[in-house]
Amino acid sequence: MLGLEKKDFRLLLIVIGLTAFAPFLLNPFPEGSDLAQFNAGYPDLMQRFVIFGIFAIGFNILFGLTGYLSFGHAAFLGAGSYGAVWMFKLLSMNVLPAIAISVVIAGLFSLLIGYISLRRSGIYFSILTLAFAQMSFALAYSVLTPITGGETGLQLALSDPRIFGAAQTATGNIPVPALFGLEMRSSFEWNVGAWLFTFNAGYYLAAVFMIIAFYISIRIFRSPFGMMLRAIKSNQTRMSYTGLNARPYTLAAFVISGMYAGLAGGLMASMDPLAGAERMQWTASGEVVLMTILGGAGTLIGPVLGAGMIKYFENIFSKINETILHGWFAFLPDGLEDVVVAMIYPFIGKGWHLTLGIMFMLVVIFLPGGLVQGGQKIAALFSRKKAEETKPNATEPAE
Amino acid sequence: MSNNNFSRRGVLKTGMVASAGLALPQYLRAQESGFTNAPGASEVILGFNVPQTGPYADEGADELRAYELAVEHLNGEGDGGMLGTFSSQALEGAGILGRRVNYVTGDTQTKSDAARASARSMIEKDGAIMITGGSSSGVAVAVQALCQEAGIIFMAGLTHSNDTTGKDKRANGFRHFFNSYMSGAALAPVLQAAYGSDRKAYHLTADYNWGYTTEEAVRTSTEAMGWETVNTVLTPLTQTDFSSYIAPVLNSGADVLVLNHYGGNMVNSLTNAVQFGLREAQANGKNFEIVVPLYSRLMARGAGSAVAGIFGSTNWHWSLQDAGSQAFVRSFGTKYGFPPSQAAHTCYVQTLLYADAVTRAGSFNPCAVDEALEDFEFDGLGNGPTLYRGEDHQCFKDVLVVKGKENPENEFDLLEIVEITPVAQVTYPADHPQFAGGALGTCNPGA
Repeated sequence: MLGLEKKDFRLLLIVIGLTAFAPFLLNPFPEGSDLAQFNAGYPDLMQRFVIFGIFAIGFNILFGLTGYLSFGHAAFLGAGSYGAVWMFKLLSMNVLPAIAISVVIAGLFSLLIGYISLRRSGIYFSILTLAFAQMSFALAYSVLTPITGGETGLQLALSDPRIFGAAQTATGNIPVPALFGLEMRSSFEWNVGAWLFTFNAGYYLAAVFMIIAFYISIRIFRSPFGMMLRAIKSNQTRMSYTGLNARPYTLAAFVISGMYAGLAGGLMASMDPLAGAERMQWTASGEVVLMTILGGAGTLIGPVLGAGMIKYFENIFSKINETILHGWFAFLPDGLEDVVVAMIYPFIGKGWHLTLGIMFMLVVIFLPGGLVQGGQKIAALFSRKKAEETKPNATEPAE
Repeated sequence: MSNNNFSRRGVLKTGMVASAGLALPQYLRAQESGFTNAPGASEVILGFNVPQTGPYADEGADELRAYELAVEHLNGEGDGGMLGTFSSQALEGAGILGRRVNYVTGDTQTKSDAARASARSMIEKDGAIMITGGSSSGVAVAVQALCQEAGIIFMAGLTHSNDTTGKDKRANGFRHFFNSYMSGAALAPVLQAAYGSDRKAYHLTADYNWGYTTEEAVRTSTEAMGWETVNTVLTPLTQTDFSSYIAPVLNSGADVLVLNHYGGNMVNSLTNAVQFGLREAQANGKNFEIVVPLYSRLMARGAGSAVAGIFGSTNWHWSLQDAGSQAFVRSFGTKYGFPPSQAAHTCYVQTLLYADAVTRAGSFNPCAVDEALEDFEFDGLGNGPTLYRGEDHQCFKDVLVVKGKENPENEFDLLEIVEITPVAQVTYPADHPQFAGGALGTCNPGA
């Protein structure tokens, strides 16, 4: 269906199901309970899940298929965000033109950087992209302050010359991004017993974009073009000897993944109309590499899982502070409670990076194929025969 | 076949849910109260959004200590701290409007994006009614704009850039900390008295928003008293070795070096400058001098003996002798064993000011709080008589000019107060050119 094999179509359906029911899946604990701390079903985080999912899917098209490790993808995300915020400032608060321009800008930007960087491969390519991204960051942070807002980031102001749409709302505030009047911030809250589920307009818009992005990614993976990209990864020299020029293919993959990053940037700006220079910093580029590898590079669903995992850690674990820990272990005798808290505290709250680092190490050492490989291993435990049968066609980890 | 069946149903089901989600009417978080996150009858949640990782993690940790102390005092625990010395006696240590104060914390990472994400989760997930904290102007401006959109009050933490209450001011945002202009205005007379009015200054400026406004403020103030600015050089924020920037200073004809740096930048550039022998150097027949416009104790500790004798300005210092400061230092010291930093002080005061404004207004509605804080005059919070100006939501109070101690007795006793610049000298009109270009807008109560 939709030009997909049955297996891929099922995967697409699973992704659609997961995103559509995310408000339920991410809020498994009743409001007010101790475990509500771990609920992730609030608009901001759900939006981040799908937006970074898009970012990682796009990155995976380049890294997973061609093996070119770009360390500068955050630059495209940032460029897309700036484009989108400028659209809000100049044109209108409708998100569609903003998202469109962010994809276009990121595409042009990646064409320029890709054209130069792809003259080299391997580590030199990575360093070139890293250098370009850091350059963009430095430019955005200081030199281009009139365009990018510098350190404080580009934001909307009451004096923006918006061509279509009012500069201010009736109450004298800055209007918020909307899709034909449907505000991205608006949510519908549903109380079911002790549970509270939030359905956010911005989240569903981003989710629709992610499903489209995921679908396109499947099509690319299964296309002759995708096969060509895989060939580049497995042996580029042999490809050149057979008379094929690899550069146009890698450049196309680079631009496509740059446009994905731009889409993610545009969506980010649409959910929260601010573009900060930190979005372009090398740590942000490194983050998407981590997401892809953690989830499983070269697999379809892996990057989305990796993105979700990292964002969950960043937003949920970082907020567990000492007081909450003491609350959890209050049942222990006083001395023991302090010892247990002192032992756990370095790994959560501000130490969430540490836990993430350990997880990442464990995944890379024991599951080189990422979380997807972990899933496959678990599946194999339960139905060995089926697993063996499907494995050859399954989303295999990158070699 | 069964697979096909399943998928068709799946498509229909998911399609319906998705379209239902998209076709939802414009449904805001409308609450009977008419504003976002109205607290329940028993507790109120405040959001403390501070840098726990990154270059300002030290400041963030100290801010968090101050917030915990403030919550204790608001809930009537501990010794009450500044509640006893605060000129407004609306707070009685029984929570805010009878509700027990609870809090959530988040990590800004000193990045606008991360700070906004953390603030949004506090608003959307935890139902925080007020967000406060931060140790960088970029973050403060970003979170302030977010709070304006969401209809939440933002009480800025440590933010010194003019823009927070200038170009980027917002009706829902309030700043107690002083700013670049005030630093310049307070420092200039002291510098004139100490170094004379015939000086040539060389500026090294951190290449970002706060650096620009500070350089502009100091340059304008010193030029007004007769100094000449020889050169201004921007240094990258990520720079750790400033020797290549310091080397040209001696031959430039300048006899004063102004370091518009903060945090790790300042620690490194000052150390480099001292290593290069600038303190002992002579230029134009005068002793060469160094000035650091914004000082903090945590930075002074990092720079060690290099700070001795160097002038700068600060918002507050624990050695102040007024009753409010002493009460705060006492309760902070009792709880944590060392004196608070200026970041801790401003955050503690902001929390108290918010709680007091809510109590006086009798409502958590941001617009009511706005009204209660605007043009509010108070005393007893460590800075003498203070005014929260309604036009730009900036506090006006005395500014401290400090100097690095020659012989510090311990690691906290690094700065000595040279002069307390009276508030009249650092007050400026709201439409001052250094603050031009922004609009406060109107208060936003959210839903």
